[in-house]
Amino acid sequence: MSDVKLTIDGQKVTVANGTSILEAAKQIGIKIPALCYDPNLEVVAACRLCIVEIEGSNKLQTSCSTRVKEGMVVHTESEKVVETRKDVLQLLLDSHPNDCLTCQKAGDCFLQKYAYEYDLKFREHDGAMRPELLDTSSPYILKDDAKCILCGKCVRTCAQVSERQVLTFAERGYDTYIACDANQTLETSSCVSCNRCVTVCPVGALVDKRQLSKLRSWEGSSRVVNCKRCDYGCEFEIVSKDNKNISVVAKPPTNGRPLCLKGRLNTELEYLNQPEAPYRKIDGRFEETTWSKALSLDGILEKIEKMDSIKGSTGEE
Amino acid sequence: MITVEKLKKIKKEQRPLLEKRLREIGNVDIKEDGSIVLNGDYYKKQLRIALKNCEIIDPNNIKEYIAVDGYFALADCLSNMSPKEIIEDIKESGLRGRGGAGFPTGKKWETAYSYDDDQKYMIANADEGDPGAFMDRSILENDPHSVLEGMIIGGYAVGADKGFIYVRAEYPLAVERLQIAIEQAKELGVLGNNILGTGFNFDIELRLGAGAFVCGEGTALIESIEGKRGMPRTKIYRTSHKGLWEKPTIINNVETYANVPVIFQKGVNWYKNIGTEKSPGTKVFALVGKVENAGLVEVPMGTTLREIVFDIGGGTQNGKKFKAVQTGGPSGGCIPADLIDTPVDFESLDEIGSIMGSGGMVVMDEDTCMVDIARYFLDFTVDESCGKCVPCREGTKRLLEMLERFVAGKGEEGDIERLERLSNTVTEASLCSLGKTAATPIVTTLKYFMDEYKAHIYDKKCPAGACQALVEYFITDDCIGCGACAKACPVDCISGEKKELHVIDQDRCIKCGACMEACPPKVSAVIKR
Repeated sequence: MSDVKLTIDGQKVTVANGTSILEAAKQIGIKIPALCYDPNLEVVAACRLCIVEIEGSNKLQTSCSTRVKEGMVVHTESEKVVETRKDVLQLLLDSHPNDCLTCQKAGDCFLQKYAYEYDLKFREHDGAMRPELLDTSSPYILKDDAKCILCGKCVRTCAQVSERQVLTFAERGYDTYIACDANQTLETSSCVSCNRCVTVCPVGALVDKRQLSKLRSWEGSSRVVNCKRCDYGCEFEIVSKDNKNISVVAKPPTNGRPLCLKGRLNTELEYLNQPEAPYRKIDGRFEETTWSKALSLDGILEKIEKMDSIKGSTGEE
Repeated sequence: MITVEKLKKIKKEQRPLLEKRLREIGNVDIKEDGSIVLNGDYYKKQLRIALKNCEIIDPNNIKEYIAVDGYFALADCLSNMSPKEIIEDIKESGLRGRGGAGFPTGKKWETAYSYDDDQKYMIANADEGDPGAFMDRSILENDPHSVLEGMIIGGYAVGADKGFIYVRAEYPLAVERLQIAIEQAKELGVLGNNILGTGFNFDIELRLGAGAFVCGEGTALIESIEGKRGMPRTKIYRTSHKGLWEKPTIINNVETYANVPVIFQKGVNWYKNIGTEKSPGTKVFALVGKVENAGLVEVPMGTTLREIVFDIGGGTQNGKKFKAVQTGGPSGGCIPADLIDTPVDFESLDEIGSIMGSGGMVVMDEDTCMVDIARYFLDFTVDESCGKCVPCREGTKRLLEMLERFVAGKGEEGDIERLERLSNTVTEASLCSLGKTAATPIVTTLKYFMDEYKAHIYDKKCPAGACQALVEYFITDDCIGCGACAKACPVDCISGEKKELHVIDQDRCIKCGACMEACPPKVSAVIKR
């Protein structure tokens, strides 16, 4: 593939033909704000934050969906771009609950990050807000629709798992929300708690319930481990504080690593000092279960015991 | 197998029957050149190309379509022209998309033609959704074969063998007549396999929309046909390159297709000489609102708004003062009375801040409040936004909230500036045309009717007397004290002794207007102010 030369914010860059402006900028350290973009997901250009100005075009273009062209001159922070970007961000803030003080996502939240970067605040108004719909039905995922910015990342990552496609957009316009199957809860839907959606959610709309109230994102330290459950070796962060491993955080499903509940539970059991009880979904109901059941080890453990006892009784080493 | 000879035979047999039937009805003039036009003043000033067969032929009888030269253009294209020649002719004719954007049809076809692919598609966009617009509906219901013929010619030109007509389910009659037309065309051999014995195959299927305005947007329409949620795609590729199922796809509006056979029947030069240089041909408008003769009007491009509204439409009703005309539906703008001599073509309307759109034309008189009109269209857009991108989903909602405050008398200092800024952001940053044009009704009314906005916000008055919250009913000294108003008032807020001046308690008044109606016409003491 041939290379393309272009200029972004005064810096020259050469990238492969077909690269998006956003990715080209990233290569020279320019991070264009984006909420709906994810290199592993289909490009939808929905959040409109990654708009840039291209010389010779009087319309702003989204850098995630616009491909580089030879000789292109791009401005990612021109006055027009910044003013428009601020308005778009403000529109999101105007519908978002002012809950950063207690939100589990605080510190990790992209809406918060960009609001800080562009100096925007929540403002009082008597217009519409998103209805306060909270799905607490799952022991693994907390779904808070009021915080949702409808970027659709969760829908797209869920759709990548064949036979799954649990999450979907429902209603339209301002009333749009993310639904599970045909308006089920996380519990009654076909969701298998793989938590892919949680890993891609840029805000506090989908959070890992097993991290709630344990620690803030900036506390403690973390290291990345690979799951040993299967050959994919999905990545998990082991978060520790005061020399105790407190929680397991799934990393986004990249490079063919799919994520699954069993792997996450396996990692929790392996690393955490005090792992919470596991749950299994049986006929659309979550039920507390044993670790051996949750990890499907029942038969295997019995067999191991049996084999070990045979070994013991025959006196072999 | 059908051949041109058989088509000619059908025409020869059917034509006298058609003429006999029409003479009995007596609604048409049959001209010497064989053309049949509807008679009456309303039609005299029109030039009907897309609507030429409407109300003339029986849409359920393919033979009547053949009797007015139907399918002869297709036969000619298939046997005597190469795909390239057809595209050249369409380019040369200057035909532009009638759905609103005015993209050159020939250029679009050429793009799809240029991609070598095993499968290409033709789509007819019949998801007409602008409030008060019914141009496509009329063509589909009265002349479905013209759309089929246009699509088949297009399919042959770009190398597609499959077409979809995406028609809104709210048009049951159009759906029914399309189904009949497709069946009859297949039976006769002008649609399906080996069309007219030329070896060319083309099939057309119907797809019914489920009531989403945004599905009139090309990429959302494609998503919908693919069985997905109707949300516009970001345009990384043109649909003529990668459209339906990632294959080269042509989406044209119903009216555009209806123009295609005529261009080949009458010749490119004939067509080019109608209309203006940059916008050749005619355009169909749905003339509605406070106009004397509401209905469908087809005129050459470049006809002035005055000719359409006054000469054909007969002006406003009941001698009211003409105030504005709104073109282009919810994406369009309000054009004030002093621009009534603007010619109607893509460029001229764009220059004054409005758009051609698909052809909605709403006439407004002195009783229409322009702030309320902007509110009405925004209400529609907010309802129809798909919710995908932030500026449209969130922005239009906030714009509507502002306008709702204005008409309720709750506008504040600085609101106009906020309205302008947000309108600009929604226009600049939205993903698809629905969002990009959503603010046009606001922008144009701000431009031409700023006084009305100021009156609402600063004086808490509605100059047109249309915004209920801002008008009050008042009894003048002309009151004779008959008590009719007090008797009619449903909330008993009118007081006064017999034969003395009556007074309305403004705090309790619900502004229903019953007092005004009850006041004897000779007295007319109740006024709205």
